[in-house]
Amino acid sequence: MKFVRDALDKVKPHFEKGGKWEKFYYIYEAHETLLFVPNTTTRPTGVQVRDAIDMKRMMMTVIIAMLPCLLFGIWNAGHQHYLATGQTPELIGEIIAGAILVIPIVVVSYTVGLGIEFTFATIRRHDVNEGFLVTGMLIPLIVPATIPLWQVAVATAFAVIIGKEVFGGTGMNILNVALTARAFLYFAYPSQISGDVWSYVGEKGAVDAYSGATPLAIGAESLATGENMVGSLNSFGQGWADGMYSFGNMFMGIMPGSIGETSTLMCLIGAVILIASGVGSWKVIVSVFAGAFAMASFISMIGGNPYIELPAHYHLVMGGLAFGAVFMASDPVTAAQTESGKWVYGFLIGVLTIIIRVFNPAYPEGIMLAVLLMNVFAPLIDYFVVEANKKRRLTRATV
Amino acid sequence: MSETIKLKKGFDINLAGKAEKKIADLPLPETFAVKPTDFVGIAQTKLNVKEGDTVKAGSPLMHDKAFDEILYTSPVSGEVAEIVRGAKRKILEIRILADKEVSYESFNQYSESELGSVSKEDALAQMTKSGVWPNIIQRPYGLVANPADTPRAIFISAFDTHPLAPDMGFILEGQDKYFQAGIDVLAKFGAVHVNIDGNSENAAMFSGAKNAQINKVSGPHPAGNVGVQIHHIAPINKGEIVWTVHPYGVAQIGKVFLEGKYDASKVVALAGSEVKAPQYCRTYTGAAISKMIDGTVKGGHVRFISGNVLTGEHINSNSYLGFYDNQLTVIPEGDYYEMFGWILPTTNKLSFHRAFGLLSFLSPNKEYKLDTNTRGQERAFVQTGTFEKVTPMDILPTYLIKAIMAEDYDEMEALGIYEVIEEDLALCEFVDVSKHDVQSILREGLTLIKNS
Repeated sequence: MKFVRDALDKVKPHFEKGGKWEKFYYIYEAHETLLFVPNTTTRPTGVQVRDAIDMKRMMMTVIIAMLPCLLFGIWNAGHQHYLATGQTPELIGEIIAGAILVIPIVVVSYTVGLGIEFTFATIRRHDVNEGFLVTGMLIPLIVPATIPLWQVAVATAFAVIIGKEVFGGTGMNILNVALTARAFLYFAYPSQISGDVWSYVGEKGAVDAYSGATPLAIGAESLATGENMVGSLNSFGQGWADGMYSFGNMFMGIMPGSIGETSTLMCLIGAVILIASGVGSWKVIVSVFAGAFAMASFISMIGGNPYIELPAHYHLVMGGLAFGAVFMASDPVTAAQTESGKWVYGFLIGVLTIIIRVFNPAYPEGIMLAVLLMNVFAPLIDYFVVEANKKRRLTRATV
Repeated sequence: MSETIKLKKGFDINLAGKAEKKIADLPLPETFAVKPTDFVGIAQTKLNVKEGDTVKAGSPLMHDKAFDEILYTSPVSGEVAEIVRGAKRKILEIRILADKEVSYESFNQYSESELGSVSKEDALAQMTKSGVWPNIIQRPYGLVANPADTPRAIFISAFDTHPLAPDMGFILEGQDKYFQAGIDVLAKFGAVHVNIDGNSENAAMFSGAKNAQINKVSGPHPAGNVGVQIHHIAPINKGEIVWTVHPYGVAQIGKVFLEGKYDASKVVALAGSEVKAPQYCRTYTGAAISKMIDGTVKGGHVRFISGNVLTGEHINSNSYLGFYDNQLTVIPEGDYYEMFGWILPTTNKLSFHRAFGLLSFLSPNKEYKLDTNTRGQERAFVQTGTFEKVTPMDILPTYLIKAIMAEDYDEMEALGIYEVIEEDLALCEFVDVSKHDVQSILREGLTLIKNS
């Protein structure tokens, strides 16, 4: 592998100060450090040895944790397409159909996002940050497979520039960047991200009795019809996808929805990777589920309408709650940063998700707004935790 | 009254090359040096000697303009060979060419029974004059103590949990009476606490020290850091002053009273993965390391560190040990490129974390051979909660560091900057995913708040 190093060393002077491509040093540097860990050593004072971790490895761990969701999402996108059109292809056919739908979205997200990152790094003269490696994967996983690619591009650009770069880049943003992209889509192009958009039907036309309603939409409908929601969920898909919204199947995630978020099981595998590696905060992840379950149990006890009375455990497998809990809420930059604050932060996300879902069915997906809302409140939660720490120090002084 | 403190947070950096408990027969170096830069917070160094002067061990070499009674004295007798100056004629080193046989300045000598009746003023004069005073460090800020202050208490940590740290009982072997005498002298200034290791056997001079409160502290590093111990025994609040002394300094103080001479001889650990046979050797404070590393160090590109790998200083092969250091660590330099080193799974690199491919957590007892590569580049703060996991104090290091970066004095104060110096947050710097220079940031904060 020496020839790679030699090649890099050969072009490096062109990018360094005084070289002809001096302006693009940080772009060169991003590629070089992707291939080689730099040869920098510790300073004369301070620690003389450093931990083996760095930002690249940490971000890659998150991406690895997302792979089960992505791979399952690719297959499921193909599967749902064939289901909606009444065909029964082989597994490989489903994967190919899914890949044709999903891969372009991933490519567009990364191309646009990294393009902006490189541009900003060049203008602002700083290293290219690794943060977008994760964001670029998150964005495709939280949009429907049918989304127009230009919308992915616009949303990614909006999120990276307005959500992150205006605040100073990775580590400085207030709102979760991927969710900013989704919120942008939701409010700017609502017709492509709500309603019957979740399965790609194509020119073939859908099967008889096909409905693209998601469990959350069924919940909203049940308010009008007054039918028992578990019954509606279980009877959904009769004739073309029996038992699609049974509890077990919703846990598995073989149903329409955003690409990566349908499967609670895959999200939980991701959660195990994040928690075992210590990269994601288990406190946040667990407390989101706990908050959602507690709130859902509480309201279903009180009762009022079929959606409210839905058993609490259904809420945990419907919509994007699991994905949001595992990959969105646990984003360390936008979450609460104090350890006790993380409990409060996660719990309130869970509670708010259920409130938004059940009491404001105009916004079917509660987790997106709940996380964004709590992103804004996270510094406030931290403020109280930090103040408590200061107060402990002050009271100690008088003793 | 004594306290038992069990700490859970922290991290032991288990390095290869621990010094074996025996003393190598190495020749003494020709030159020794006193480096003003070792003493934090010296306002302006004033020389008491010029090149060519002859000095005895204990003869004054320099003092701080702000505290002219505190003398920094020569560790050995000989001739002032060279005064090394840096930018703006700042004094960097005062080098002494040593005599074959060390001769000593004589100071007042007391018997053990007389020590109790020595007045505080006489003790103070003896300590500041003889050169042992700089062993006393003041908290907050970690400076050489001001003789005019009255400390709330004096803390001595009798064990060192830093990587490859020397065994205190071993480096002070046979000096029990000097250590006790040192405590007796220090007790004139404030209540003395000796904090001993709750994890293992302690030398009798520490666990049986009289005239002091003995506290037991156990846990992973930084349990041996005196700042962490103070936080749990009697935390420092705004306006309070405590003193800390290294056990070597205590014994040196004792010796100046019992023997009437400034004895700078010490046993230092020669440790690290690049030392052929890691062990201890006898030398004097400020020794040139050239003789110590001659033939004892493996070949290749290595780094010499005066002190340990967390808080030490990178020195050249012809440079000198620091005043406060009882250890010379030799580890490989890390100035190489590593292809895909940021993602390949590894069992040879130590990590506090368990992110993908970092497998060191599977073998907690393995000894690691670490080099000086930074293993990545500096980034903005992203990961949260890791600093807190290695700081066994009720302090929020991330917020404190951010307050310093923002130069917010009120915040720094409220978040506990008085309770820490560099060594207490050194582990944060080691585990930091974003590779910040936590210790130098903290020193900036300490300097800001001291001068405010």
